[in-house]
Amino acid sequence: MSETLNRETFKPVIVGAGPAGVRAAQTLVRFGLRPVVIDESSIWGGQIYRQQPLIFKRSSKELYGFESGRADSVHQAMADILNQIDYHPDTLVWNAQDHELDTIHDGQTSTTPYSHLIVATGATDRVLPFAGWTLPGVYTLGGAQVCLKFQGCAIGKRVVFMGTGPLLYLVAYQYARAGAQVLAVLDTSSLSDQVAATPRMIAQPGLLAKGIYYVAWLRTHGVPVHRSIQPVAAKGESHVTSVVWRDKRGEHTLECDAIGFGYALRSETQLADIVGAKFEFDPAQRAFLPVRDESGRSSIPGVYIAGDGGGIMGADASELAGELAAFALIADIDIQLLSPTDLQHIQTLKSRLTTSSKFRVGLDRAFPFPENWADNIQDDVIICRCEEITAGEIRHAVTELCALELNRVKALTRVGMGRCQSRMCGVAAAEIVAECAAIDIKEVGRLRGQAPIKPIPFITEPETLSVHKQGER
Amino acid sequence: MTDFNDYKSLSGPQFVRLAETDRECLSFQLNGKSVQALKGDTVLTAILMNQSCLRKTEMQGMPRAGFCLMGACQDCWVTLASGQRLRACTSFIAPDMHITTFPGDPL
Amino acid sequence: MTQLISTDVAVIGGGIVVASAALALRRMNLAVTVIERDVCGSHSSGVNYGGVRRQGRSISQLALSARAHEIWSRLESIIGIDGEYHRSGHLKIARSQADMASLEIYREKTLAYGMDLQMLDASDLRKLYPWLGDRAIGGSLCPEDGHANPRLVSPAFAAAARRAGADIREHSRVDSIEKDGQSFILTTQSGLQVRSAFVLNCAGAWSGKIAAQFGEVVPIEPIHPVMVVTEPLAPFMNLSLGVEGGGVYARQAPSGNCVIGGSRGFALDDIRARPSRSAINLVLQQTVELLPSLRHAHIIRSWSGTEGSLPDKQPVIGPSKTTSGLIHGFGFSGAGFQIGPAVGEVLAELVRDGRTSTPIEAFAIDRYL
Repeated sequence: MSETLNRETFKPVIVGAGPAGVRAAQTLVRFGLRPVVIDESSIWGGQIYRQQPLIFKRSSKELYGFESGRADSVHQAMADILNQIDYHPDTLVWNAQDHELDTIHDGQTSTTPYSHLIVATGATDRVLPFAGWTLPGVYTLGGAQVCLKFQGCAIGKRVVFMGTGPLLYLVAYQYARAGAQVLAVLDTSSLSDQVAATPRMIAQPGLLAKGIYYVAWLRTHGVPVHRSIQPVAAKGESHVTSVVWRDKRGEHTLECDAIGFGYALRSETQLADIVGAKFEFDPAQRAFLPVRDESGRSSIPGVYIAGDGGGIMGADASELAGELAAFALIADIDIQLLSPTDLQHIQTLKSRLTTSSKFRVGLDRAFPFPENWADNIQDDVIICRCEEITAGEIRHAVTELCALELNRVKALTRVGMGRCQSRMCGVAAAEIVAECAAIDIKEVGRLRGQAPIKPIPFITEPETLSVHKQGER
Repeated sequence: MTDFNDYKSLSGPQFVRLAETDRECLSFQLNGKSVQALKGDTVLTAILMNQSCLRKTEMQGMPRAGFCLMGACQDCWVTLASGQRLRACTSFIAPDMHITTFPGDPL
Repeated sequence: MTQLISTDVAVIGGGIVVASAALALRRMNLAVTVIERDVCGSHSSGVNYGGVRRQGRSISQLALSARAHEIWSRLESIIGIDGEYHRSGHLKIARSQADMASLEIYREKTLAYGMDLQMLDASDLRKLYPWLGDRAIGGSLCPEDGHANPRLVSPAFAAAARRAGADIREHSRVDSIEKDGQSFILTTQSGLQVRSAFVLNCAGAWSGKIAAQFGEVVPIEPIHPVMVVTEPLAPFMNLSLGVEGGGVYARQAPSGNCVIGGSRGFALDDIRARPSRSAINLVLQQTVELLPSLRHAHIIRSWSGTEGSLPDKQPVIGPSKTTSGLIHGFGFSGAGFQIGPAVGEVLAELVRDGRTSTPIEAFAIDRYL
């Protein structure tokens, strides 16, 4: 290890304490820096390795299954460095300007200056609506998983899981194992998609084996798995009472009181946008993402983007990316700070990331984005759940009001103007505009991140805050 | 047509407890009624263990019960008696919280 | 591949002034080509606060503003949609007796313009607008002023102009303007070559460059007004609000969201802008002072834009003093939305007649030369 860095000069800040943020912090601490780590959650771990409330008692194995080793490692890594970092949980970064982040914690705003910034803001579920998806009882796959992992609850008594992606099978498996009644897994992908992907997925045989295991387990435990399906509707008046889906045999209805659905993940890029990072369209992820080099350097010197927040890579790869970003930060301060061992290690990390990205290509092939979704979505289906804007209204803006670009569609229809600022509807809205205007998805453009990144209250001095945090640490 | 101001019509919890049931009980006020939750429940869990609806939409008065459960969709904001708003999925329930799921006029 | 266009009037820009001018020119049976760098209504005309008000304008603008007021009364028949235009009334709040005095002076000075201003005292406010906090000790109400949604209105004006036969070319940036005898030749990066007898310079914050090319240098500066918007709230604000002496301005849209403007942002580049941290914080603080009932509400979005401002806060409207056929209409300094439709008609009259019935001498470009 080389000379200790001057902590007065270098104030690195990491936003996000999931796998990427934790590994970045761990690496910076090794070089003698004291990073500020800001996280919206009350405890580190991110989403996939989200920790349960202190007073809960389930084991790591119960919570994380095959990933318990990795989860424990990430959790312990952060616990070990807690007194060597400046940790700010329950803190939202809502804006950035002039090398300072605007934060809010307990209703109070503050600013945090940074010399270097690692953006590790993670991801949320990628949503493609179907009729009735806004009914009580319908949740994202990630949400269904949080319900179980973080609260020990199932989203309902009789749950159907729908959509595609590895998370679909993982969450269904976790629910069934935990004793929930899982009625079916409905996958929009086909068996031949998954077979065709196998050669790529061999790149990470352990991960491939896990996927096969989940499906096999579900089958042997009586959970029907249907592929090549198309969601039709969630039915019900005040809450979901059945799901309707279609396959080549026809239309099917299954009575249920909860649906968990999703189509892989989408990156949380608002902070990267606000700090001015350059974005480019990524055809594989069908999204505009911040440009980053193989170490995570963005187009802005001193700003690094690690993990799912800059493009979906999965938890394992996010750990590698967090380390790499931190190494890049160190190298950018002074390359001499890296020893030959460090440089060797960096090469190993990069090569592991490359292997991981090959597997990702396989995953995308196994669980492809349903490109015919926009073709099939009915006019009366709500797309923007905040503003209750339908597919038909979006199409009207394209065909009657000549809106061929997402920001104009937003201005005319209010799509994306709600509290969630297009997190839930942006993907779907773009697909509809592209399909309706007969243009490539890239030409539709993107909605920009604007402050506040999430809603903030007018008063920034709490009157009486009767919200209890998760116990003192 | 379901009247979402009739709290009885929202009968039936949405969520099901599968584990971690051995926790301290607490009471809180939900729409003026005293109900139970467990310490460690989020406000969202606490509400949805008592009813299947968390709010109604401003535009069309449609029922919602959260969606992403991780602070992204912003579809689970509820109001305390003080007028303060909480995002239910990222706030923990506390004893004697007074929660309204269908607030009226901001005054 | 160059496309040659021959027209009577080339209009540079795409905001509400441009679209109104194009509509008026079409009514006069003149051929119009609109050349807009981005899409119509995407800049000042699309991202402004949405105030449609006469009250508070300088006396020199009130004739134009009165003319516009009449046009706004026919908005739906002109653009085909209501654009969320509502004559809610506009209340200019006084926070002190000095404010009340200056509001009263303004009321007396402007009696001839038919704004029907009514002075309200503290007890009137408590009775009529109980949601207004104690900082407001009175105010001046203009009952027929109001607000609209600029994101709907401005593009709809352009669409109406297109329906009326204006040739609207978006994604077309004017790269050069030459005078060839009696004609202008404008070339764009999108491959257009437009030949016209007249050019209307209505390019918003970017008009200065065009004027300078013809030897008319004006001290136009870009400004970046900041807006924030709340989550949807139950309807309570049945007025558009402003504050005497400056401060925030607020209105509640039909969807329930409150749009609140104030302070200034900063430029990201020549075109885009962003609210500054200080602006957002200032707006948060001043809003809650004025409207304490909003203290628990959340802001969900903020934005800024690029607007052209002149030192006396008055626009440039009128013919070029150096180049015949060139007519200017820019520099509205943050107050162009309401008068825009009238300015458009005035510009059309200047093209056809060389003069206009609405007084615009105060806006002559040579006041800076």
